Amino acid sequence: MMRDITIGQYYPAPSVIHRLDPRVKLVGTVVFIIMIFCIGNLAGYVLATLCLAGLIRLSKVPIKFMLKGLKAIFFILIFTAVLNLFLTPGTAVFQWQFIRITQEGIVMALKMAIRLTYLILGSSIMTLTTTPNHLTDGMEKGLGPLKKIHVPVHEIAMIMSIALRFIPILMEETDKIMKAQQARCADFESGNIFQRAKSLVPVLVPLFISSFRRANDLAMAMEARCYHGGEGRTKMKPLKYYSRDYVAYIVILIYIIAIILLNIFFDPIQTMIFARLGL
Amino acid sequence: MSIRLENVNYVYSPDSAFCKQALKDINLEIKDGEFIGLIGHTGSGKSTLIQHLNGLIRATSGRIYYNEQDIYESQFNLRGLRALVGLVFQYPEHQLFEVTVFKDVCFGPNNLGLSKDECEARAREALRLVGLKKKHWQKSPFELSGGQKRRVAIAGVLAMKPEVLILDEPTAGLDPKGRNDILEQISKLHREEHMTVILVSHSMEDVAQYVDRLVVMNRGSVFMEGTPAQVFKHYVELERIGLAAPQVTYVMHRLAQEGYKVDPDATTIREAVSEILSALGKKNEGSEVIQP
Repeated sequence: MMRDITIGQYYPAPSVIHRLDPRVKLVGTVVFIIMIFCIGNLAGYVLATLCLAGLIRLSKVPIKFMLKGLKAIFFILIFTAVLNLFLTPGTAVFQWQFIRITQEGIVMALKMAIRLTYLILGSSIMTLTTTPNHLTDGMEKGLGPLKKIHVPVHEIAMIMSIALRFIPILMEETDKIMKAQQARCADFESGNIFQRAKSLVPVLVPLFISSFRRANDLAMAMEARCYHGGEGRTKMKPLKYYSRDYVAYIVILIYIIAIILLNIFFDPIQTMIFARLGL
Repeated sequence: MSIRLENVNYVYSPDSAFCKQALKDINLEIKDGEFIGLIGHTGSGKSTLIQHLNGLIRATSGRIYYNEQDIYESQFNLRGLRALVGLVFQYPEHQLFEVTVFKDVCFGPNNLGLSKDECEARAREALRLVGLKKKHWQKSPFELSGGQKRRVAIAGVLAMKPEVLILDEPTAGLDPKGRNDILEQISKLHREEHMTVILVSHSMEDVAQYVDRLVVMNRGSVFMEGTPAQVFKHYVELERIGLAAPQVTYVMHRLAQEGYKVDPDATTIREAVSEILSALGKKNEGSEVIQP
């Protein structure tokens, strides 16, 4: 159950995407997510789908693994789609008492579902192909200029990397504690929602305690190795751009321009073609 | 109450980059009333194996029989099995959660649906069995020392009155006294309550002293099986897979090489002492004085 959540997990594979500079991947992901919400017509979605498919292919992460990440947001996905389907005003296609499905509703529901799915897939490509350490390194370097206005960039990056680092550890710990309680015949599966919530107490209490213990140990270990914040700290592997990174930046730029151009010109072209075909 | 494993295989995260075969074709029989030691290097599959015995992990392929009943059959009561095969995990003190020691020990019997009186009676008995003093019973488990916490955790499993007790490195991180106390108590449970015990350990001395039969694991399969004396005879092979024999075994082998008439298969200090004394032509009288 715990292993189903793929967001924030790294999947090692020898691919170009894995080797890219984390800053490129960060920028790319942010651009991709923003552009999803800027797409205005079908052609834009086709382009986004093609790009996404291409990226997944390039990353060499099995598609099955990638889709597993969607399981976690399945409920939100359905929820948003259903809300949009029934609550968007417009021309009705179907009406039964107070239930009303509109044309706009169907389009909106589909759009939201696609956007959410792509959002998750886009960000999973980044997290699956970048180690958490690399990611925060990229973030620290990328946000470096903000230091001038006294944003504690290094500290934020450190907090992030520790938080990310602890996700798998805490998952493993949860798994272990659940098993230990199951060995004492604890039942997590049956009963109503309140009984189930109550049955989690024997898991949550030890989990909290162990988190505090780990945090304490970590702080001690960092201090023992003279950690004192970002001031004057050097990196073992400083980030450096290679030619492939510049190529990736150009691809990202082309993607932005393509989406914008499609937004502006596709609709007139579509009307023109339809007009030619006599539709 | 025998447990029988037939061709058990287990693969972690199949069909992914993290895929790893943790158990390979395990065939094993654990007979009623045995005291078994399970040894193997880190990552050899010991912990995975013991979690199969009470059904916490389901084998990828193969069969496990408890009392000749297939535990993977749909009508088999797996939760009931967990009460019969008590499993004490590594660092079990990390699972304590209740307000008081006593309540924590009651957790297991409570889950079995027993009456309150019965639960409390079992908790009292279990706490006595592990030798925790009565004055600690109403304390918060987090106020106790490491060794005491571990006793509470073991009591938490014993309170379910299991027929088989499995302990995964019950002595890791304890001081010598705490270690001996816990091992003595386990051995007492075996002798007096006739409990089947499986002890996972990294200490060759401990297993040599207590267990009847040793199972050696290497890279997910059973590498060797036999009494401690039989197994430790092959100390060269054991070293090759990252294990060793008890230190006295080395002493005895060296003495035998040097021409002393000692049996090199002695594995406990007590045996070694009597062997050495008899080789030196003295009567076996000092052995009672020197205790491990």
